[in-house]
Amino acid sequence: MSAPDLLGGPVGTLTAPIARAHPVAKLAISLVVSLALLLTVDGVTAGVALALELLALPWCGLGPRALARRGWVIAAGAFPAGLVTALYGVDAGRVLIGLGPVTITEGSLAAGLSITLRVLAIGLPGVVLLATTDPTDLADGLAQVLRLPATFVLSALAAMRLFGLLATEWQALTLARRARGLGDDGPLGRLRTLFGQVFALLVLALRRATVLATAMEARGFGAGGARTWARPSRLARSDVLLILGGVLLAVAATTAGVLAGTWRLLLH
Amino acid sequence: MSERPMPDRPAVILSRPVAVRARGWGWRHSTRRAWALRGVDLDVAPGERVLLLGPSGAGKSTLLAGLAGLLDPGTGADDGTGDEEGELLLDGVPARRARLEAVAAGTARTGLLLQDPLAQTVLARCGDDVAFGLENHAVASGQIWPRVQAALRGVAFPYGLQHPTGRLSGGERQRLALAGVLALRPGLMLLDEPTAMLDPDGASILRDQVRRVLEATGAGCVLVEHRVAPWLDQIDRVVVLEPGGGVIADGPPSLARDHARRRVAPHDSVHDHGGRWGAARAGGQEALLAVRGVAVRRAGLERAAVQDVDLDLQAGRALCVVGPNGAGKSSLALALAGLVAPSAGTVTASAGLTGTARTRHPHRWRPRELVTRIGTVFQEPQHQFVARTCADELAVGPRRIGLPDAEVAARTAELLERLRLAPLARANPFTLSGGEQRRLSVGTVLATRPQLLVLDEPTFGQDARTWAELVALLQELVAEGAAVVAVTHDEALVQALADDVLELRDGLPQQPRPAQERAG
Repeated sequence: MSAPDLLGGPVGTLTAPIARAHPVAKLAISLVVSLALLLTVDGVTAGVALALELLALPWCGLGPRALARRGWVIAAGAFPAGLVTALYGVDAGRVLIGLGPVTITEGSLAAGLSITLRVLAIGLPGVVLLATTDPTDLADGLAQVLRLPATFVLSALAAMRLFGLLATEWQALTLARRARGLGDDGPLGRLRTLFGQVFALLVLALRRATVLATAMEARGFGAGGARTWARPSRLARSDVLLILGGVLLAVAATTAGVLAGTWRLLLH
Repeated sequence: MSERPMPDRPAVILSRPVAVRARGWGWRHSTRRAWALRGVDLDVAPGERVLLLGPSGAGKSTLLAGLAGLLDPGTGADDGTGDEEGELLLDGVPARRARLEAVAAGTARTGLLLQDPLAQTVLARCGDDVAFGLENHAVASGQIWPRVQAALRGVAFPYGLQHPTGRLSGGERQRLALAGVLALRPGLMLLDEPTAMLDPDGASILRDQVRRVLEATGAGCVLVEHRVAPWLDQIDRVVVLEPGGGVIADGPPSLARDHARRRVAPHDSVHDHGGRWGAARAGGQEALLAVRGVAVRRAGLERAAVQDVDLDLQAGRALCVVGPNGAGKSSLALALAGLVAPSAGTVTASAGLTGTARTRHPHRWRPRELVTRIGTVFQEPQHQFVARTCADELAVGPRRIGLPDAEVAARTAELLERLRLAPLARANPFTLSGGEQRRLSVGTVLATRPQLLVLDEPTFGQDARTWAELVALLQELVAEGAAVVAVTHDEALVQALADDVLELRDGLPQQPRPAQERAG
């Protein structure tokens, strides 16, 4: 079991202008671009958005290797989704390839292509956000800039750190079950062992989380009073400009889609 | 209460020592019927250093949580986490209110250091982790970093502010947690077995740091610890608690030794079995398990955790595997136990141990075949619990190998008796105390009567009584002809049990030493 690379903490050249931007600015761009692309499924809007994102990529400080390592999950979703749409999507226009029930038409091919582009264009800013942002800095931003409740944000941050320990615990539990003589009977017995193991993992995780909560409380966490911040988190002028850039990107892509006549409001 | 000369205090870290006063204090967790503690009468003078003793289940941790102001009896409609009686005061203020007031004032009255290093690190960077408490106490942003720096210097922390906490060892994590506590300038340190999960080197460093912190700040402490001896020279006074009761003894540090002697068979008598080593060494029959050139690599890691191990495990002999943390001891144990395949070399069972199994390589045995041949006791007992009651837990193995019900019942009853668990037969294993869980986990393995036992840190965090019982049990098993392998940091266990000692460093076996030479 390998830990999800998507959450592996920051990598790449963190001095690049977009990489070192405020986490909330990066989050805002991701949300704006996602929103623009969630409104419509069309290849032009998604394609233009993706092209502009790729143009901005050199300023994100992510080399091709880092990008591949963090972003493969998105690609692994985008291409099969497009392929399935092309094969089984609603047929329209000229038939390009026909094999019984499986047909690729001009219409389904275009739909498949736009699905792939859309998933990539939505996913890429998210990959950049996660790959260039320290979770602690993101939490600071969420609590101080967006004013989300500090107790909630910091608890989530602390819990995230405990997640990493679960894989190790799971390994130990698996070995311990073998040592108890379990796991070598039919699928039903195996399933029962598995359920027991999941339950044990939850109990252990809960216990550790309880200790962590005690340690945090003993250091004054959650006492209800005011809180100060060791790492002040503020949006700079450059961050605001960056957010504007993201908005422009979304507007440009949408405009291109509308002008090309492919833009259609999804929830219509 | 002894007088201490006024220590030199650095100007940066100053604490105001806190006085404790408990009168008829008791606490019952809302999930339990019995009181964890009751009728506690106790006074601790400002700056006094108290060692808290008592068997597991005596409510020592509960008293510390109470002093830390973490127990919430609730008010009116709010249920809280339990029931409180009597009073527990810090400088005349109820402990819980004292905590809340301190948070508002920016300086903690008490600082709590717990046992599990992994569960005390809050944030990803060392500096941030220390700053966390200061932020919660609303210390002005400008003062936070100087205080973080001072606290890290106070525990001689070897890394910078940006160092990732994920790369710290257990001992370093405990030092970081200590710095996090120190930064808040508590007047009373509450130490709940802070070294129980550390190897001897890490434990010794942490003890020194605690001593330095107490001397530099003038703060007092209430310490809970099973391994008492190394702490005694920095303790003013010993208080002994009784399960469900209050203070049953209170006196000078020497009381700790008397207490240990009264409660358990003295360790000395356990050590005194010199004759057996000679007898066991003369054996010379075929090895139960022949280990040749074995290396073990853990999932996802490039480098072998341990390599080039050659061993013969004989019936009726005990091998202790020692070495610092990360030396590959546990990985080797998993390979000997047939739980992971060696990445190089072979582990081969004797014909006698193999019996009817299809192969002589234990890692290829089916789980059912494994349990009657090799038993493994994990460091964390909870990892191997799979049943709802202690009795069921002991019956799992015998049932798996298809023993008749009468035999299963007989073995279960015998083990419950032998391990002093009979009154807990229907209790859920997860709710037992640490010592009880350890005894049960050993019992689950004995139930299928394996010829080889592999134990990972069996005495870790155990009180003196469980320790002595466990050692006696293992000695019995060896005398009955079982082979025992114990991975351990516990020098006393090595002295008491080992016929042979294998020392690992950085994954490599050091020159083998027979236990006798080691003891001499």
